[in-house]
Amino acid sequence: MDQATSLAAVALNDVAITFGPKVGGYTAVSGIDLSVRPGEFVAIVGPTGSGKSTILNAAAGLLKPSAGQVKIFGNDLTSLNLRSGYLFQQDALMPWKTALDNVAVALESKGVARSEALQRAKEWLGRVGLSAFVDRYPHMLSGGQRKRVALAQVLIRDPEILLMDEPFGPLDAQTRQIMGNLLLNLWATDRKAVMFVTHDLEEAIALADRVVLMSAGPAAGIIGDFAVSLPRPRDIAEVRMEPTFHHIHKEIWASLRVEVQKAYSQGEGA
Amino acid sequence: MPRLKLTVLQIGVGLIFLLLWHVLTVYPISGTPKQVQFFFSTPLDVLKRCWTLFASGEIWGHLWITLVETVLAFLIGAGGGIIFGFLFARKELLAAVFDPYIKAANALPRVVLAPIFALWFGLGIWSKVALGFTLVFFIVFFNVYQGVREVSPVVLANARMLGMNERQLLRHVYWPSALTWVFSSLHTSVGFALVGAVVGEYLGSSAGLGYKIHEAESVFDVTGVFAGMLILSVFVILIDMLVTRIENSFLVWRPQTSLAART
Repeated sequence: MDQATSLAAVALNDVAITFGPKVGGYTAVSGIDLSVRPGEFVAIVGPTGSGKSTILNAAAGLLKPSAGQVKIFGNDLTSLNLRSGYLFQQDALMPWKTALDNVAVALESKGVARSEALQRAKEWLGRVGLSAFVDRYPHMLSGGQRKRVALAQVLIRDPEILLMDEPFGPLDAQTRQIMGNLLLNLWATDRKAVMFVTHDLEEAIALADRVVLMSAGPAAGIIGDFAVSLPRPRDIAEVRMEPTFHHIHKEIWASLRVEVQKAYSQGEGA
Repeated sequence: MPRLKLTVLQIGVGLIFLLLWHVLTVYPISGTPKQVQFFFSTPLDVLKRCWTLFASGEIWGHLWITLVETVLAFLIGAGGGIIFGFLFARKELLAAVFDPYIKAANALPRVVLAPIFALWFGLGIWSKVALGFTLVFFIVFFNVYQGVREVSPVVLANARMLGMNERQLLRHVYWPSALTWVFSSLHTSVGFALVGAVVGEYLGSSAGLGYKIHEAESVFDVTGVFAGMLILSVFVILIDMLVTRIENSFLVWRPQTSLAART
């Protein structure tokens, strides 16, 4: 156990996070034990309000756990986790910078000279299929294109860990599929540890090596951990036709359904 | 086509106004023309006066003085507003301590300061610059303060996750965000810089547009007053057009809607 924890890219040990006062505050998650190995793609699935994003923010260092520890490659996380890249659900690009500048600035903050940063930003925008849009400002791009810029912005820093908070949530179904395949292709060339939060079980199974299931909040915890034995490389659209996919989906859904109903009835009660 | 139509309509409104003014003051409708003209002058006289002012070259010096005062008041006021806006937005304690004093200072009617400034800075341009400064400073200050405080938390979190240090955040996130707010108030603050200059001149000076208007008023020269006001209005419109142009070149990244609304 100890050996595995020290090797993990991200390890959460008995983490709890409470918002507001220590006594009487809202406990979003508690008793979270989760570790992600280097190169492993882990999807975190749960009903709304299950604290999926809270866990991710703890791993990013954006939130301090009220109890337990977060370890990144065996080291305690005390400030922002700069060995990770974070892909937000909302638009997080700087609206006053062009696509190119948005990506280049991610390297400049690392101390890379501007001319080199611009060169590499161009390459990355090409890799996400936006060569023709380098000079556009975010408002001139579609939602999917903005996500591609954000992806390039995160990946150009070559982080060892990727944290993704429902990154394709606001996109339409087709664009989500295209983005999912793009992500898998980029990930395949250089396998980073990934924590991918989503409420979409199908997306989780299609992308991940492991699906972690969270219970409904408050004080949500992990109630299931399922290995996804589908072969790689995968195509998001095609993998859904596989019998194994259906088998895994059925197994996880049986547990998830209970939690979704719990979350739903709490929502009605409130 | 709609652009042309709009221009025609805009000019039409002005012409109708001038025509009404002309008819009411030249023909004996509301009293004897001579009496009415003493109070209201006539559009042709006013235009003629404007022409003489420009042709004789007399007005240029006054315009220049007013322009210099406006520009100085704006630059110094905006500069101070930006520096203090940033400082207060980033240092919670400072903002909290000075909050009542800033509110009190901003609530003060500036006209009462004009004689004091004349006493301190003399009757030259600096007392007018000081008056404009007190107006511009607070507008820019509050906008920068707001702009820095209301940076989108997601954009900020993202920038921090991209490894930016405080200096880089200032340059890439806080500054551009504050700048949008400064520009959104640019028309107001430039306008106030001019108000400060003209009011200052009006209350005590020996040059400038405000002085010209005051001079005409003191001898009941209504034509001179209207001529001064007309020149002032055109001056304001020209400055405003310049500001719009600067604004558009600075805020190219903004969504088209706001640009379309202005043109």
